[in-house]
Amino acid sequence: MKTKVFTTIVGAAFALATTFHASAQLLINGAGATFPYPIYSKWFDEYSKVDPSVRFNYQSIGSGGGQKQILEQTVDFGASDGPMSDASLAKASSPLLHIPTVAGAVVITYNIPGAPKLKLDGATIAAIFTGDVAKWNDPKIATLNPEAKLPNLDIIVVHRSDGSGTSYIFTDYLSSVSPEWARRVGRNTSVKWPTGLGAKGNEGVAGQVKQLDGAIGYIELAFAHQNKLPFADLKNAAGKSITPSLDSITQALTTAKIPDDFRFSIVNPAGENAYPIAGATWLLVYQQQKDATKGKKLVEFLNWALTKGETQAATLDYAPLPDSLRERVLAKIKTIKY
Amino acid sequence: MKQTAATSIVAPRSASVAGRHFGDRAFKWLTLAMAISVFVLVVMIGVELAKGSHLTLKKFGWSFLGDSNWDPVNEQFGAMPFIFGTLVSSAIALVIAVPLSIATAVFLTELAPRWLRKPLTFFIELLAAVPSVILGLWGIFVMVPWLREHLFPALRNTLGFLPLFKGPIYGVSMLAGGIIVAIMILPIITSVSREILRSVPDLQREAAYALGATRWEVTRIAVLSYAKKGLFGAVILGLGRALGETMAVTMVIGNRPEIAKSLFAPGYTLASVIANEFTEATSDMYLSALFEIGLVLLGVTILVNAVAQLLLKTFGGNSANAHP
Repeated sequence: MKTKVFTTIVGAAFALATTFHASAQLLINGAGATFPYPIYSKWFDEYSKVDPSVRFNYQSIGSGGGQKQILEQTVDFGASDGPMSDASLAKASSPLLHIPTVAGAVVITYNIPGAPKLKLDGATIAAIFTGDVAKWNDPKIATLNPEAKLPNLDIIVVHRSDGSGTSYIFTDYLSSVSPEWARRVGRNTSVKWPTGLGAKGNEGVAGQVKQLDGAIGYIELAFAHQNKLPFADLKNAAGKSITPSLDSITQALTTAKIPDDFRFSIVNPAGENAYPIAGATWLLVYQQQKDATKGKKLVEFLNWALTKGETQAATLDYAPLPDSLRERVLAKIKTIKY
Repeated sequence: MKQTAATSIVAPRSASVAGRHFGDRAFKWLTLAMAISVFVLVVMIGVELAKGSHLTLKKFGWSFLGDSNWDPVNEQFGAMPFIFGTLVSSAIALVIAVPLSIATAVFLTELAPRWLRKPLTFFIELLAAVPSVILGLWGIFVMVPWLREHLFPALRNTLGFLPLFKGPIYGVSMLAGGIIVAIMILPIITSVSREILRSVPDLQREAAYALGATRWEVTRIAVLSYAKKGLFGAVILGLGRALGETMAVTMVIGNRPEIAKSLFAPGYTLASVIANEFTEATSDMYLSALFEIGLVLLGVTILVNAVAQLLLKTFGGNSANAHP
């Protein structure tokens, strides 16, 4: 009896092993940003139909994790919601490329009885988030919204408690529109907020804002759309009041000055129809791939993503890259050697 | 035949005398190794945390513990608000949970009718099975709005003269954090206390009854004071869980690294800051600061346990001592 059980187990294990060996699928690992996780998942899924011989595994552990892991080369590609700093990039053993994929926007959501449509501008938002503007019927807000009925309610600021690319883009914007913010707080995935409550994730911020009368917070545009949350129009650098939308993000990408290494910030751009708080997300890939087969498959995927993949971005509320930028990125991908 | 005191009576018969000796010795060394490995594990965790935090240890030294400034952009880090938050939320949790737990345990062992004991115990232990995150979600969507609309205003109206209950009410607060930790440690303190109280010999109770004590006096004199040491141990177990509780606390405490007098103000704990900021910490100094927060948490836990053991030694006394 014992030998029978033993042989069945060994036989089953052998059969399993041979089946795994037969379907020798190439596995490419990536890790990093949480913001683009939905679109990357969709891309990997679609691409497995285009090329079944390769499988992608992506872990959304956060931009910080993505940057660390690609520097230590434990993954084949990284992903980050913010460009790597000079100091971090210097640690790479060989040139590390930033490949922008899609972009998103950060919108200002609020909870005011009556739910008026608000118009705000950079200086006012900075003043609210430093605590200088403490009530909703403050003259700074009232002058921008002459028709809205603003209550005499305390403004309760809600920000992200966890480090996030959304916070990076938002603080980047505040730093560029308010010198006081740049001096006092600065820009990072996690900062010392002058005032307000911290909530975890987009869901946390949205939940807090929904529950507290007079609350204001910042969330991703995709999240606001999907959960039907109210958000404000923002005055951009050209002086026009813009409603956040995928088009306005693409406008920001078109009109911003983008350097050749693609480590750019597109907050507060000059374009007339550009939304001021937008940001891209990047894939981090070594220019010299170590493994020839993996490198080839990775480059093929990147080419597919930057051509076919971009058309699917809008369905998930991400803004695709404008054609001018896309051409430059595709040219950069051609320089990847394997 | 060789005979030794240990093996002659209690050891089972085995084929060879040498095997019997070897089996015993092997068993002893194996269990010793297991016990030491637990200690080694704790030490290794401490060493890894210290290694990971060497940057901030060098830069800030002891001022890391006293400083209240947590600024990742300018790379200035101080752990004081988090230490305060952890200690205060755990203290609130104990104040709420310990009387409730011990009362529940007394009810379950002394006063409840026999048919009620098993089902009630089952439900209390079910509470321990609820994952931390689920409790956190319930906290944000159910508990915090209720606190904000009913309990906190009531507290402010009645006890508002105390600085503890002054200030704006957001719902998410130090007190909310303390309450949710209380809910989490309630089942563990209750079940351990129940076991302790059940282990009090009936002889003690019968003796008290025989001397003419009332129901409450029997419980107080014969049961509770006999079980004092064990109950204290149960409370320490609960406190250990309270200090490390992460997800549920993060969701309801407000995540603001500030020390405030009011319990209605938001706070921040050591475990929460690690959970929130670890994945996105990009610079080495930032990571090192978070590692050091972990080291501080380990230190706080060990310190609290050491103080508890000390209190036990000083005031606990012998459980068999007669209580007047």
